[in-house]
Amino acid sequence: MAGSRRAVDPPNDSPAYRSSELRAPKRPLRPLPGRLSEVTGPLLGDLVIGPSDSDLTRQHSGEPLGERITISGWVRDERGVPLPGALVEIWQANAAGRYAHDVDQHAAPLDPNFSGAGRCRTDADGNYRFVTIKPGAYPWRNHPNAWRPSHVHFSVITAAFAQRLITQMYFPGDPLLAFDPVFNSVPDPEARDRLIARWSLELTQPEWSLGYEWNIVMSGPDATPQHEDPAA
Amino acid sequence: MNLPLTPSQTVGPFFAIGLSTSVGSHAVPEGTPGAIRVTGQVLDGGGMPVPDAIVETWQAEGTGRCATDDEGHFAIVTVKPAKHAGVTPPPEAPHLDVSVFARGLLSRLVTRMYFPDEEKANASDPVLRALSTHDRATLVAGREGSGLRFDIHLQGANETVFFDR
Repeated sequence: MAGSRRAVDPPNDSPAYRSSELRAPKRPLRPLPGRLSEVTGPLLGDLVIGPSDSDLTRQHSGEPLGERITISGWVRDERGVPLPGALVEIWQANAAGRYAHDVDQHAAPLDPNFSGAGRCRTDADGNYRFVTIKPGAYPWRNHPNAWRPSHVHFSVITAAFAQRLITQMYFPGDPLLAFDPVFNSVPDPEARDRLIARWSLELTQPEWSLGYEWNIVMSGPDATPQHEDPAA
Repeated sequence: MNLPLTPSQTVGPFFAIGLSTSVGSHAVPEGTPGAIRVTGQVLDGGGMPVPDAIVETWQAEGTGRCATDDEGHFAIVTVKPAKHAGVTPPPEAPHLDVSVFARGLLSRLVTRMYFPDEEKANASDPVLRALSTHDRATLVAGREGSGLRFDIHLQGANETVFFDR
């Protein structure tokens, strides 16, 4: 399966994304035939995750401002096999489009009831679920009048080094998507659209919150996976 | 059935709020026999430090993760991995699998850190052998005090060798 990521991932050398200019490697990636996915590591087993870690609206004494949403979906490999126990971490701006991070100087208010970070593990069927608020769009300095579409950052760690993924989830119908160099760095339009969650009536809770479904497909497995016991 | 992959996107500048507390810079617990401190700096094509990168090391013994500081420095405590069981010959020299994420990188970079005290194993390592002497040097850590030094050059004359995934 090595190399299949290349067909969907954005090239690091993407001039429309200005920050890539001095950071994207200039030399071609070297082949590492059949080796990457053979390495398995422990699944961060000592990490303690509590209930409020996956509910970003309950991490403070009050409720955050904004549109309450559920984001849920599955994590599978390319064969469609569910990946239980994967560590899913998210971070995002608040409803006003401001991150609770020192470097974010956007003139929008912080929300004392929203830190904007959560984590969970996928269950036995490879499913994850977060409750949060819909993040706001925010300006950045990539080009004149540039605005990032609403998005949630996702990090997924499984037992396989080859599968490590960090990406962003977007919302359907966002007019800013067409102008965003990060979203549009994915060359294949179909692959790009897989970054957009689907609004889901089933996940929408009456009188409470809107629901979005977003599924994640990780690379692999290798043709002959080796599940070595790290303690052995 | 073959499901189409979810594409990568940049980690962005604000990942510290989401990633900093969950996995630490200790791939193995403090005091583990054979523990080694690996330090390094992530540098851009202008030779400037990259203060918003995240470096992860991966091996059977544990996962390390460290965000770079204002000077682009990271530090991870780990051990030299045991030889990979089950890998068909020729055998590979001990190494860490390394991921690099940063603002400005849309997709993960994958590289390897080899150990300077494994000269014999490194000389017969099939991945190192496929590289020029100059390129090979970007993957072998240097010694620094009682630990190791592994700088990551994203661009430039000493650009680190990165691997296809």
